[in-house]
Amino acid sequence: MANSTTAPSAAEAELALQARQAAESSAGYWAGVWKRVRRDPVTIFCASVLLLMLLAIVFASLIAPHDPYQGSMIRRLRPIGTPNYILGTDELGRDMLTRLLYGGRLSWFMGITPVALAFVIGTVLGVLAGYAGGKTNMAIMRVTDVFYAFPSVLLAVAISGALGAGIMNAILALTLVFIPPIIRVAETVTTGVRNLDFVDAARASGANAFTIVRVHVLGNVLGPIFVYATSLISVSMILASGLSFLGLGTKPPEPEWGLMLNTLRTAIYVQPWVAVLPGACIFVTSICFNLVSDGLRQAMDVKG
Amino acid sequence: MFFYLIRRIAYGIPIALAVGFVCFMLVQIAPGDPINAIVPPDAPGDVVEQVRRDYGLDKPLPVQFGLWLMKVVQGDLGRSLASGRPVWSDLSSAIGNTLMLAASASLLGFILGCALGGLAGTFRGSWLDRAAVTIAVGGVSVPHYWLGMVLVVIFSVQLNWLPAMGAGPGGSADWAWGWEHMKHLILPTVTLSVIPMGIVTRTVRGIVAEIMNQEFVTALRGKGLTRRGVFLHVVKNAAPTALAVMGLQLGYLMGGSILVETVFSWPGTGLLLNNAIFQRDLPVLQGTILVLAMFFVILNLLVDLMQTALDPRIKRN
Repeated sequence: MANSTTAPSAAEAELALQARQAAESSAGYWAGVWKRVRRDPVTIFCASVLLLMLLAIVFASLIAPHDPYQGSMIRRLRPIGTPNYILGTDELGRDMLTRLLYGGRLSWFMGITPVALAFVIGTVLGVLAGYAGGKTNMAIMRVTDVFYAFPSVLLAVAISGALGAGIMNAILALTLVFIPPIIRVAETVTTGVRNLDFVDAARASGANAFTIVRVHVLGNVLGPIFVYATSLISVSMILASGLSFLGLGTKPPEPEWGLMLNTLRTAIYVQPWVAVLPGACIFVTSICFNLVSDGLRQAMDVKG
Repeated sequence: MFFYLIRRIAYGIPIALAVGFVCFMLVQIAPGDPINAIVPPDAPGDVVEQVRRDYGLDKPLPVQFGLWLMKVVQGDLGRSLASGRPVWSDLSSAIGNTLMLAASASLLGFILGCALGGLAGTFRGSWLDRAAVTIAVGGVSVPHYWLGMVLVVIFSVQLNWLPAMGAGPGGSADWAWGWEHMKHLILPTVTLSVIPMGIVTRTVRGIVAEIMNQEFVTALRGKGLTRRGVFLHVVKNAAPTALAVMGLQLGYLMGGSILVETVFSWPGTGLLLNNAIFQRDLPVLQGTILVLAMFFVILNLLVDLMQTALDPRIKRN
């Protein structure tokens, strides 16, 4: 009798201690990550570039010198360095700098949203498959296999091609492209964590499945899944702008880097360096996201 | 090995069926009545009803899928809305052109990637390593459709060395392996090769560094084997993985060349898809995607089998 009353409280005390230690060690962990990131000049530089870009596109309406939609037939396709139009003008005489600033909004939105959505949906499904195992795992993973049978660009083009042009359709198509790889990563890391001793201990102490997943599993799997998801942003930016480049994303006259690249294609014989500017923006963004993701992976000590 | 082969092929069948189902669903998720994907919009009402019955579109969805599958297995991918020709007739020539582009691009990417990755893995931590890694990151981060435009600006517009678009005189029908045609292949190939180049570099760098750290390499060095001899041993161990990555890249490029083909007006499946999207020609879209995805499924299977055949360490169960 005495045993049965003291045992749970002892276990509770033990759990509370564990949780506190976990909290402390996780604070120590993030401090360590930050320390490692700070010593990595490439990551810091790329993150600063991305932050500057983000500020520039958020405050585009304050810093842009002109109206992004206001064209003029008499000043079409001016070269880079034209007074008052530093980066030249596009095929309809609109200021390039202004349109690049405003264009970043849609390009970033269309590049990051699919990865964020896929991160949430893929994590839920992947952790479910990994933790539940058995038939649930089979069902989720076999459906995932089917989407793996399509090259990613083809799948994105197929879905948004069938649905028709539009920002939401492009985001939907890209989200569907990124869910399967995130499910796979989430399933793998969850399966790895599920059978560790501390999860068994939590189960033995009577914690229900929801608590175990929320406290013990998610805490250990979110880091690797998050790092993997950040590595997808670069591809997502390229694909999102690529869909617009094919005429499947944004519609004119909306400024968006991929679409600007498409409409300026005919201008490469007149103002080649103005015509390739939007692509340079995509390239810089994409490479910075890639390098920041690599830096995060190293700093967070995620394998794979 | 024989049983492994049978089992691996058997495992591919449900995947192939599911891929077929996804392609079938493409027309279903398209906004509007799927009948609009088959008959022109100005067709009279009774003709529409007739076609609806002929195609089985009045039947439940699973039955429709069965009927569609029967046709596809017999090689009937339907007719193009825009041209009225069978989808397969345009597709067959386009596939050849895409395969030519994707194969030459993955070959170029493979050679460059192996060279860069091998150097980086051997001289880990040196400036060579850092340069190779930088090039690799650039290769996977660059929007290749933009790289294509930049190459056109440099080599076609400024220097006037290479043609900017098309597949040479007479189009793809008169293709020959002469300079007149080959020069049209150069820019698209280089553009498309940066992705496999980056990925192969990363992979090869990783494997080579791992192999170089293994004890048997130290033992080979210890017994006095020449650099060349050690190199051959490393190649032998790295080859299965590197070849598998290249095989998969070929499949990715077949499906992913749509953007590059659009930039260079290369008469392949990408241009076909682009036109189909532009004209909302759903049968062409569906047929092209189905064939490309099936190609990818088969290629995956072949890569798997090849890897098992080349590397006896891979378990077959």
